Amino acid sequence: MQFSVTHRFIIYSLLTILTGYTQTILAQPIIVCKDCQTTSLKKAIALAKDYDTILVKKGTYKEYKIEINKPLTIIGENYPVIDGELKGEIITIVSDHVVVDGLFIINVGTSYTEDFAAIRVKRSKDFEIKNLVLEKLFFGIYLEKAANGKVYHNKVIGDAITEHNSGNAIQLWYCKNIIIENNIVQHARDGIYLEFSDNCIIKNNISTNNLRYGLHFMFSNNDTYENNVFSNNGAGVAVMFSKKIKMFSNTFRNNWGTASYGLLLKEINDAEIKGNIFEENTIGINIEGSNRIDYVKNNFINNGWAIKVRGACYTNKFIGNNFLYNSFDISYNSNINDNVFDKNYWSNYTGYDLDKNGIGDVPYRPVKLFSYIVNRTPETIILLRSLFIDIIDFSEKVSPVFTPDNLLDNNPLIKKIVW
Amino acid sequence: MLKILKYSFFDLIRSRWSYIYFAFYLTLGVVLLFLNNDLSKAVITLMNVIIVLVPLIGTIFGVMYYYNSKEFTELLLAQPLKRTTIFLGQYLGVAISLSMSLVLGLGIPFIFYGLFKSNAIWDFSLLLITGVFLTFIFSALAFNMALSNENKIKGFGYSILVWLFLAIIYDGIFLMSLILFEDYPLDKLSLIGTMLNPIDLSRTLILLKLDISALLGYTGAVFKQFFGTHFGLIVSITMLTIWVILPVFRIIYKSAKKDF
Repeated sequence: MQFSVTHRFIIYSLLTILTGYTQTILAQPIIVCKDCQTTSLKKAIALAKDYDTILVKKGTYKEYKIEINKPLTIIGENYPVIDGELKGEIITIVSDHVVVDGLFIINVGTSYTEDFAAIRVKRSKDFEIKNLVLEKLFFGIYLEKAANGKVYHNKVIGDAITEHNSGNAIQLWYCKNIIIENNIVQHARDGIYLEFSDNCIIKNNISTNNLRYGLHFMFSNNDTYENNVFSNNGAGVAVMFSKKIKMFSNTFRNNWGTASYGLLLKEINDAEIKGNIFEENTIGINIEGSNRIDYVKNNFINNGWAIKVRGACYTNKFIGNNFLYNSFDISYNSNINDNVFDKNYWSNYTGYDLDKNGIGDVPYRPVKLFSYIVNRTPETIILLRSLFIDIIDFSEKVSPVFTPDNLLDNNPLIKKIVW
Repeated sequence: MLKILKYSFFDLIRSRWSYIYFAFYLTLGVVLLFLNNDLSKAVITLMNVIIVLVPLIGTIFGVMYYYNSKEFTELLLAQPLKRTTIFLGQYLGVAISLSMSLVLGLGIPFIFYGLFKSNAIWDFSLLLITGVFLTFIFSALAFNMALSNENKIKGFGYSILVWLFLAIIYDGIFLMSLILFEDYPLDKLSLIGTMLNPIDLSRTLILLKLDISALLGYTGAVFKQFFGTHFGLIVSITMLTIWVILPVFRIIYKSAKKDF
């Protein structure tokens, strides 16, 4: 399409007016510092007009209950400290289009009746929370009925000791379309917690040393989490009562303890679990009442149990995974099987490949008799690594009696799969 | 007694089998430590070897030594010596020389590996202590069997059977009883069952010290509560000591009455 000269002129002049207008606003941010006119963030917010920028200089500001009730951009320079002095909630965002960037927020109060957070977004849209450092907190970033926001590049370090008097690092409650990216969350109760939150993307986060779960889904659908690292948590990730969750390329590591697991699935349907690494967890994936899930191209390395199936799991597919040096590959508690195992690599496979097509000629049975017995009578685990157990495992492998006889990988691969 | 102990000990030290036994542990230790850089895994593999092989070798050595030195024993019996001294001396000679092969064979590579600086020193000492206990227990049992049977084949057969029972069959019966009584609380039963068998007891003691104990779950927690305390450790060591003392008493009793 060809613009006429007059048209072009009008567009250019409009653009210059527009940019000139915004520049005049941006050119004069409200500055907050110890020796300035405005010495507190609260005052600055009261002074500011819509779409203003507030620049907070380096220093310590003892403030709490700061309410951001208009669309503002708050930028911290060299991480100014906002100290809540353990009195309660520190920042509450109740307006749309708010950006909070580069603050160091500490000392959130603990309460047993209210969930105090370092920064809370309440019924707002289009917000951005980035480059924050939160320490000594109860709840960290709390999103409540919020939508279309972004939580980016924050560091949340809690000091949770017991579950009942600690909060979550990042919590979403009735949220939609939130992106949580590049955050580091540590030592909280749950690293990231989603409740009734749909269409969220959780990407490139590192969640470690949390008391309960690294990431926790409850009644949340159509969410995606990828490229995250979950290590040393009470349990890596718990996905419960949710549908259509996509789990791609995450690492679940060192969730080690008597009741720990890398990933817990409970009442999950139609999920996709692809390209993840499960390394050194007591239980890699603990599955309960979950249907139609595809497990594709995952690595299970050095776990106690790679996969523990607790029951009521139907039409799941396990295709093209690597099971490397786990104490138990699969544990099943019934002898009915409706799940498909195909083309996986099992390091415990001892078959041969005469026709050299890369697929073992003898099917592999991933369920050992001992794991079946342990499921039935947990106390028998005390015989772990006894010679007798090796003998009965061998005899069961030769002629299965107790383990589901159709639970086998008909095409076990001879070589480890490399992507 | 000391003199006889000395004779048996040096006799065995000079024998080819002690060297082979020593060399076996030395290679095993070196291979496991230097070709595999995970210390905890090395300890697990060593544990598997120790709880199966040490009792077996103790048994076979004990029986073999008794029958082989029978003529020497008869010669000694003609001297004005107490029977207790003769048999105990021989028994201790066997047990100590075997333990020495084990401790040196595994100890040397571990020392070269720099074990004194690592945290695994306790796991490893526990491994050696249980190994020594098992050697003493099973060579005593072997002496018992040999003393009770003039017939070599029978003596051998019974001692191997004892090993087979404690290493494998016992676990089978244990497992069956756990499954049979699964409706009842099994903590005490499994604790007692483990305590009664020296091989199971050694295995559990070592497993609980390692990372792998997390796999034991709830049962493991119960066991840890028991074995983790000083009381538990004392009880288990006492149990192992009883397993040494009882067969030794029977050696004394049996040898005092035996016709040669």
